[in-house]
Amino acid sequence: MRGNAGAIPAASWDPALVRGIAEEMKGQEGALLPILHALNERFGYVDERAEPLVAEVLNLSRAEVHGVISFYHDFRAAPAGRVSVKVCRAEACQSMGALALIERLCARHGVALGDTSAGGIAIEPVYCLGNCACAPAAMINECLHGRLDADRLDRLIAEQEA
Amino acid sequence: MSITVYVPADSAALSVGAEETAAAISREAGARGLDMKIVRNGSRGLFWLEPLVEVMTSAGRVAYGPVSGADVPGLIEALSVAGAHPLCLGPTDEIPYLKSQERLTFARIGVIDPLDLADYEAHGGLAGLRRALVMEPAAICDEVTESGLRGRGGAGFPAGIKWKTVREQPGPLKYVCCNADEGDSGTFADRMVMEGDPFMLIEGMIIAGLATGATEGFVYIRSEYPRAVAQMEAAIGVLERAGWLGPDVGGSGRAFRLHVRKGAGAYICGEESSMLESLEGRRGTVRAKPPIAAIAGLFGKPTVVNNVLTLASVPVVLARGAAFYRDFGMGRSRGTQPFQLAGNVKRGGLVEKAFGVTLRELIEDFGGGTATGRPFRTAQLGGPLGAYISEDMLDLPADYEALAEAGAMLGHGGIVVFDESVDMAEMARFAFEFCEIESCGKCTPCRIGAIRGRETVEKVLRGENVAANIALIDDLCELMRDGSLCAMGGLTPMPVLSAIRLFPEDFDRAAPLAAE
Repeated sequence: MRGNAGAIPAASWDPALVRGIAEEMKGQEGALLPILHALNERFGYVDERAEPLVAEVLNLSRAEVHGVISFYHDFRAAPAGRVSVKVCRAEACQSMGALALIERLCARHGVALGDTSAGGIAIEPVYCLGNCACAPAAMINECLHGRLDADRLDRLIAEQEA
Repeated sequence: MSITVYVPADSAALSVGAEETAAAISREAGARGLDMKIVRNGSRGLFWLEPLVEVMTSAGRVAYGPVSGADVPGLIEALSVAGAHPLCLGPTDEIPYLKSQERLTFARIGVIDPLDLADYEAHGGLAGLRRALVMEPAAICDEVTESGLRGRGGAGFPAGIKWKTVREQPGPLKYVCCNADEGDSGTFADRMVMEGDPFMLIEGMIIAGLATGATEGFVYIRSEYPRAVAQMEAAIGVLERAGWLGPDVGGSGRAFRLHVRKGAGAYICGEESSMLESLEGRRGTVRAKPPIAAIAGLFGKPTVVNNVLTLASVPVVLARGAAFYRDFGMGRSRGTQPFQLAGNVKRGGLVEKAFGVTLRELIEDFGGGTATGRPFRTAQLGGPLGAYISEDMLDLPADYEALAEAGAMLGHGGIVVFDESVDMAEMARFAFEFCEIESCGKCTPCRIGAIRGRETVEKVLRGENVAANIALIDDLCELMRDGSLCAMGGLTPMPVLSAIRLFPEDFDRAAPLAAE
C-alpha cells in the first residue's frame, strides 16, 4: 500500500492541465466521474474553476458538473491536508469503541470531525472501510489500519507527519 | 529445495502488519541463507489470526499466527521446517474454523496467488467458463435458475430469472454490471473476493455476458477499496493478454470487454439504479421503477446488475452443475452464503456455510462470543439498514425467509456483534443520522424523514415526552417504509423499530430535571 510520501506532489492550479485531462478521458462511457477522480488526485481537490472547463469538454452545463462534484463525498472543494485520516464510525467500529477513539483524536488535534488542523491533519469520518473484523479501523493516507487503539493511531499519524 | 511461504496481501491482513511480516521473513531468510519463496495470497478470513503465515509441506500447508514482524526472527527456523512453535496452528485445513465451513465461493481464497492464472486453473478456475462456451445462452440461464442462486446483494432475487429477462431483450448492446459498492458496515466478503480471487468474479461476469448476449461489462467498486480496484485492474489485464477478455473470448468468436469504475464515497450508489446513474457520470440519485434494469438499465440498454458474491458463485454452478449447488441450503435459500462476523466478536472473519446454519452457531461456535468478554447484547444483521436481534433470536436459521418472518433480514450476510455496553437508543439515533448523511435526496420520506427521525430520537434521549415521541417515530417509520423510493429510506426503519421493540428499556429515559 502506498502512502502519500511517495506520491507525485499535488499540482497547482493549471487550466491547461485540467483541459488536457478532460480531453484525454472524454472518450470513455460516462466519463465525468473518472475525470473528476483524476483531477482530485492530480490537484488534491477539484477547484471550482475547473467546472466550466470540464463542462465545455463534455458538452454539459456547468450546473450538471457542479451537481456531480457536490454529490460525492470524495471530491474535495479545497486542497487536502498534509495527512488524511479517515476514521470509521460505522456500526462495527462503534461496537469496538470507535466513537471514543475519534473524540480523543479530534481533541488531541484541536479540530471538529471533518476539519483540518493547523498542523495539516485532516480528520474525516467514513462509514465502513471493509475491515469490520479488525475494528476499529482507519485509513491514513490511503493506507488501511485495523485493531487501532489511541497509542497506535497516534504513532501511525506521527509516522506520516515525519 | 525452495520453501514456499504464504503471507496474505489482503487489505485486512495488511492493516494489522502483514507487509512488515513479509519483509521480516524475506530479511531473516536471506540472513540465514534459506531459499524461501514468499507468495502473497488472499486471506483465509480468520482475521483474529492475521497476519496468518503458512508454509507448504509434502503433507499440505501448516499455519502460524498471528505473526508480527517482531515474531519473525524467533519463528523463522521453525517455519523453514514447518516445526513446532507457540504460534503454530497445525495444518491449515484442520483449523476447526475452516474445517467446519462449506467453502464453494471462497474455496480458492487464501489458497492461491490471486493473479497467477495457472494457479487459478490448477484449482478449478475457468472450468465453468469452458463449459458455458459450448452451451446455448438459454441453457446457461436455465442452469443458473435451477441452481437456486439468488442475488447475494440483499434482495435475494433469483439470478437466472434476471438473466433470462436480459437475454430476451433485443440487442445489439447489453451490459453486465457488477455492484461492488460494498458499503454495509460489517461486510467485507466482496472485498475479499476482488483482492483474493479476482479471476473468479471476472469468470462469472463473462458467463453472464455469454448467457445474455451482453458484450460490455463494468465493475463499480467503492473508492474506499483502493486495493480491490488495483487488483481487479491487474486481473483484467492478465485475462486480456490470455485471450479470455476482449473481442474473441477463449477463441469462441464472442466478445466481452470489462472495465473498472471507481465510486466516489456515496453509500447510496450500492443501490442498483443509483449505481447506474453514477456509472453514466451523474449524481447517484435513485431511479423510479419501472422500468427495471434488465429492460432499460445502463444508458437505457438491457443490463444485468448483480452483486459480487452472486457473480462469483456462478463459475462453481457451471463447473459442478446446478444440482450440486442446489443440494446445499434449506427451503428457498439454496447454496451457500459467505457470512461475515464482525464488530465485537472474538473470532471475526469469513464463514461460508450452507443456508440454514443458526445465528448461534455463527456467533458463538465460530465467533466465540464477544471480543471484550462481556455478555452478548445484540447483533445487527445485514448492514446499517438491517434489524438488530435479541439473544432469544439466536436459534433462528440464517435463511432469507426465516429471518424475514422474524422481522429481520440477511442482507449481504454481515453480522455485527455488540456487547452489553451498547446503548440501543443511540444506535437508533445513528440509523437515522446515517440515512440523513447518505440519502440521495430524491424522495421526501427519506430526505426529510431521516432528519425528523434523528431529532425525535434525540428528544427521547433527553427524556422529553418519551411515549409520545416513540409513537411519532413509529408513525414516521411507517411512512418512510411505505413511501420511500428505495431501500435507503424504506429500510432505515428496520434498525430503529427493532431496537425499540426488542430493547424498550434503553428508550425509557428519565425526564429532564426542569420538567420535574
